[in-house]
Amino acid sequence: MSAKLSLGARLYTGETSVDFVGRRRTWYIMSGIILLIAIAAVGIRGLNLGVEFTGGAVFTVPQSSCSVEDARTATQSVIGGEPIVTQTGQDIIRIQTEPLSQEQNLAVTSALGEACGINSTDVTVQSVGPTWGAEITGKALQALVVFLILVVVFLSIYFEWRMALAALVALFHDVIITVGIYALTGLEVTPATVIGVLTILGYSLYDTVVVFDKVKENTRGITGQSVQTYSEAANLAVNQTVVRSINTSVVALLPVVAIIIVGAGLLGAGTLLDLAVALFIGMAAGTYSSIFIATPFLAQLKEHQPEIKAVSARVAARRSSAAKRGGGTEGDETTAVKAGVASTTALAPGERQQPKRRPRSKRGRG
Amino acid sequence: MPPKQSSRTGVRSYVGRQLIALVAIVIALGVWAFFPGQNTSPRLGLDLRGGTQVILKPQPVQEGQAITDQQLQQTVEIIRARVDGIGVAEAEVTVQGSGDGAAIVVAVPDVSQERLVELVGRTALLDFRPVWSIDLPTPTVDDTAAADTNDGATSARIVQADDNTPEYQAELAALNCLDPINQGGGTPDDPDLWLGTCAQDGAAKYSLQPAFIRGTNVTDASAGIAQGGVGGWVVSLTFDSEGAAALSQASQELYALPDCAPGGASPCNAFAIVLDGVVVSSPRFNEPILGGQAQIEGNFTAQEAQDLANILSYGALPVTLSVEEVTTISPTLGSDQLRAGLIAGVLGLILVIVYLLLYYRALGLAAALSLGVAGVMLYFLIIALGNAIGFTLTLAGVAGIIVAIGITADTFIIYFERIRDEIREGASLRQATDAGWVRARRTLLAADFVTLLGAIVLYVLSVGSVRGFAFALGLTTIVDVVVAFLFTHPAVVLFGRTKWMQKGSWLTGLDPRRLGGAAAPPPEEPKDKSVPVGASAGNDEGEES
Repeated sequence: MSAKLSLGARLYTGETSVDFVGRRRTWYIMSGIILLIAIAAVGIRGLNLGVEFTGGAVFTVPQSSCSVEDARTATQSVIGGEPIVTQTGQDIIRIQTEPLSQEQNLAVTSALGEACGINSTDVTVQSVGPTWGAEITGKALQALVVFLILVVVFLSIYFEWRMALAALVALFHDVIITVGIYALTGLEVTPATVIGVLTILGYSLYDTVVVFDKVKENTRGITGQSVQTYSEAANLAVNQTVVRSINTSVVALLPVVAIIIVGAGLLGAGTLLDLAVALFIGMAAGTYSSIFIATPFLAQLKEHQPEIKAVSARVAARRSSAAKRGGGTEGDETTAVKAGVASTTALAPGERQQPKRRPRSKRGRG
Repeated sequence: MPPKQSSRTGVRSYVGRQLIALVAIVIALGVWAFFPGQNTSPRLGLDLRGGTQVILKPQPVQEGQAITDQQLQQTVEIIRARVDGIGVAEAEVTVQGSGDGAAIVVAVPDVSQERLVELVGRTALLDFRPVWSIDLPTPTVDDTAAADTNDGATSARIVQADDNTPEYQAELAALNCLDPINQGGGTPDDPDLWLGTCAQDGAAKYSLQPAFIRGTNVTDASAGIAQGGVGGWVVSLTFDSEGAAALSQASQELYALPDCAPGGASPCNAFAIVLDGVVVSSPRFNEPILGGQAQIEGNFTAQEAQDLANILSYGALPVTLSVEEVTTISPTLGSDQLRAGLIAGVLGLILVIVYLLLYYRALGLAAALSLGVAGVMLYFLIIALGNAIGFTLTLAGVAGIIVAIGITADTFIIYFERIRDEIREGASLRQATDAGWVRARRTLLAADFVTLLGAIVLYVLSVGSVRGFAFALGLTTIVDVVVAFLFTHPAVVLFGRTKWMQKGSWLTGLDPRRLGGAAAPPPEEPKDKSVPVGASAGNDEGEES
């Protein structure tokens, strides 16, 4: 019986509570600065678009016995110009050129094979027409818009439009940060990166839906009482789900970390690594935003709703009268959450700060 | 307590039914996957086994027309027939998107890039035209404007007009047949118009009258050595009755005309065989052809002749294709990528399972088993869908599945945390596993629905590797929901019935003392009447008896 309550339990009961909702200004400023840096990075440095978007040809020579210089000379002997030659992974040499004709492709392939002492069929070639990349980008954007519209419709039906809006704000937050980091680090943007970003959209929403579901549950019947405000109920929901949020994020990130380790160690740059890096940044941002941005923003939106405003007013009135009776000085709005826990003397610690709902299995038994 | 007894057996048989349903589904998937006479391993994409992939963009043969789905389907069938025609197994020809935004993706192992592009990219629009005149290949007029427009063009320039007009003649005069691009073809001509174009070898420039035979009149094409033993390989064509009649009539008319030579007198007695806008050969009629057969001579090698015969016998494509992306992956890199994908997958799985076991202990074991069941179902599905609809597993798909390990595990975490919440509120373990499920179910259905929505939108609207990823993600999401409903929940419920779990050891991960549940230090104030302290504390033993 002497076992100490775990942190999760204390967060659940409200015994330990982090004021996620009340300190929204802090989170907003933090995120605002990060977003500004991200947007500035995209504006100033721009994105390092891969050959799939710009058009061009990429030759990859595996496990070769030739140096970067050999490869460069071999390529230049065929097409001239200034090919970009880099070494990735262990012995992999990557040569990027302007868009080439079919004949030039073949000539470069065989020149590389000869220079590096390998069979020319072992040279991997990717050649992309100059307009194709624009088309891929266009399609991805189209997919994005359709997806966002559908998600807003779904969330508006399942929750309400305010939650849909808050989820969307969190989502843009995550995507802008991810894109900004790509601009800052100069990592190459490939179709795999786009896939990563699109997955982040899904994951960011997944995370937000889980938190909002708890908020919805905690605020059911909120207008019929005067014990706690919407913000307090929402804050309790975030606290109650914070362990879950951390666990789901850690578990979602572990396989991504595995991809990064294996991708960087075994393959060098490639689809796997491109994808995993985007996912890692985006998922981490997604967890942060579902807790620190989505819910506070939702609470802010809700507090403008007339019914919710009325609840907050009633709660404040009740608290000030309780404070008068108790002679205390509680009731300050900025410490609303702590006050919420301290002044609800009618409830035992460990009880839910919301209307009672018995577990389904116990219903109809008493 | 008779009513409780009945409700308990009710729940138990319900849980049992779910497990039976799961076993039935897994067995059905296994049979579907390993049905005799089919592949019993997943179909691997090009990037995992090596090969060449070409992405082609269709354009209407005549400008301004729209591309119909029927044309796309026909194109895919013709391309598939052509690729099969050269004896390549496991070629993948798919159309992605529709209308003007469509793309055709051809992936083939073991064919050189050059040959594949030639084979699939060729429209193969064939027509036979009477020659009006043959000129020297150099431009006779220095038309810089026309030359400029040709700069950077990837397909040949041809001149077309509905009559032998002065404009047509001027444009033709400016055409430079020494430019390799203009010798390469790729710009299909309208058979009803006059055509000014180059010879394939750039030796001459032709002015041709409207066609008297079209490719649609060809019923069969085959490659062979030219009769008489000179001239190397030729392609022999057989025409339908309409084509044969036209050929016989034209040959009689042309035979009567005088010979012609480059720069020489015209009209002349030659006809030109035009393939994709460029003259392949321009034989003279040595005699009227009455038999409905013709040969194309064009200094072909054996393979070129065979490929051309193969292409012609399947007919022309209803659209022109431009090559947008060519990727060749060497088999070594392919197997390296497959290995890396598998290692990353195993490593990711181990990390997730270790974390779940450390945090959720016994429940983590249920989660690990659930991941195993999901993995088996997914493996069966990938094989079965590979056989059924040609689903191929690409590197992007592998990445999608690895990412899905985490998202699948998230589902279990949502459920487990709900169980813990219920225990914190004073529920017994048995009640918690059921009540927690009811609440978690709603959340995970909503969250998985959003993921599925994303996967479907991506699949429908995107091209290439993005589609492979979206399909894998959608598939794993569905498997995730099925496993959560039919395995994880029943398994946890059954776990929760064991004496060991009921005792609430720290190993269970559901120790009420640590969670702050019913067995927590006595609250300072009496609990809510609906949850009597005595009842909930004594519940576990009480129900066991």
